[in-house]
Amino acid sequence: MKSITRQKPLEEITQQLEGLHRLYLVGCGTCATMTKTGGKEEVLAMKERLQGAGKMITGWTVIPTACDTMTEASLAENNGAIQSADCFLVMSCALGVQKIASYNGKPAIPALDTLFIGVEDSPGYFHEVCDQCGHCVLGYTAGICPITACHKGLMNGPCGGTNNGKCEIDKNRDCAWTLIYNRLKEQGRLDLMKKYQPPRNSQIVPRPRVAKVA
Amino acid sequence: MKQGFREALKSGKFIITSEIGPPKGTNLDKMRHHIEILKDRVDGINVTDHQSSVMRFPSLGGCLEIKEHDGEPILQMTCRDRNQMALQADLLLAYTRGIRNVLCLTGDAVPVGDHKHAKGVFEFDSVQLLRAIKQMESGKDMGGNDLEGAVEFCAGAIVTPEAKPIEPQLIKFEKKIEAGAEFIQTQAIYDLDNFARFMKSARQYPVKILAGIVLLVSAKMAKYMNENVPGIFVPQNLIDELAGAPKGQALNKGIEIAGRMIKTIKDENLCDGVHIMAIGREEVVPDILAVAGLNGHV
Repeated sequence: MKSITRQKPLEEITQQLEGLHRLYLVGCGTCATMTKTGGKEEVLAMKERLQGAGKMITGWTVIPTACDTMTEASLAENNGAIQSADCFLVMSCALGVQKIASYNGKPAIPALDTLFIGVEDSPGYFHEVCDQCGHCVLGYTAGICPITACHKGLMNGPCGGTNNGKCEIDKNRDCAWTLIYNRLKEQGRLDLMKKYQPPRNSQIVPRPRVAKVA
Repeated sequence: MKQGFREALKSGKFIITSEIGPPKGTNLDKMRHHIEILKDRVDGINVTDHQSSVMRFPSLGGCLEIKEHDGEPILQMTCRDRNQMALQADLLLAYTRGIRNVLCLTGDAVPVGDHKHAKGVFEFDSVQLLRAIKQMESGKDMGGNDLEGAVEFCAGAIVTPEAKPIEPQLIKFEKKIEAGAEFIQTQAIYDLDNFARFMKSARQYPVKILAGIVLLVSAKMAKYMNENVPGIFVPQNLIDELAGAPKGQALNKGIEIAGRMIKTIKDENLCDGVHIMAIGREEVVPDILAVAGLNGHV
């Protein structure tokens, strides 16, 4: 499972960098490396592009996992280059950006948009697996999530937009409820689909979401 | 005062409903004109709810206009744009203004419409909305609180008889009936043999079924729908019939086809009635009814 990201257009990146000239670039060795959005190669390419746009790059690094507790230690090794920078430009998912934003008070500017939490189906193709809705229904839906796999997040079966097993918004995407139906049928568990599912609770953990684990 | 829609359903007569689409803007002249044409010819007039996810004058506003013209509105309500609080509030308003019929729909996806960056709500689905109405009828809101004055609606839903695969659709159809749907308006049907097969299994349920009749205005439109509209299948013989119409006569041919289908559905007692969707050409609905031999129906 990975945090799936996409690079922002250069125009948006430079807009965010208005008034910030000296940059320290941070990539991530985990998800953003796998999605080719913030690995070493992409960080070096970004360095070139920003230098071309008139920015000064004081240094760069690719942290093994930008969101974990080792991030601080990893950054500390580069404190010289970081101190002389106006800000971080972070090429990781939003978890890494937030981690780095709390490092030393210097602004952390995201170079990526975080799209979803997904898995890789085939090289380069990812699909969302979990919306972290707080109430898992996979036990009723043959292990296929109707919240993420159905465009409308429907709980009681397909909408009228389903067409030959595909979704109304894109003929190349599967209709989640056709997949669920097919798998439940194979399992001899279609009764589960006939059962009424009540509306979801949107406030299981009200935002901002926090939890204390035992 | 003419008969209400629920009474018409219970009377056992062949039911005819039609629908209007509110305008994008505040000029209601055309909509009012369509209401005038339809109100004494059909048993109920649906008002679409931002159909195809295109932002328009609201369905509830259209229904109020129908009431003001002494017609019988059917409030189409999708779950796309409102959370449960807004849906319930609109139902309260509708009830106090004499609107007694609601068609519960999931709603089209936002990206197919004209506000492509808008948030699709879909907190409820059509089955949950039907159940919410039942709960409000019992005097409780969806938070479990007492209502000071309950609602009472004749609630309905839709089904797509041409959906492929049909089985998941039928499971949801059953859920809608269990949730209290009293009537079902179908997506457009054109192949009456397919429809008769669908009705064979649908007949067993205690619900009135109105066959969806969408007016075809050209062979091009029929082909477009076959390629782009989920759950619609226009057989080749009808496309050929439209294509063979003399120049400028395709609309008349479409009227003839729609009227002929309605007549067959009625004569062969295929289902309980029809729902005519003329999609912006509501002024020809009387012509369709005339072909069907149903002018002066109500």
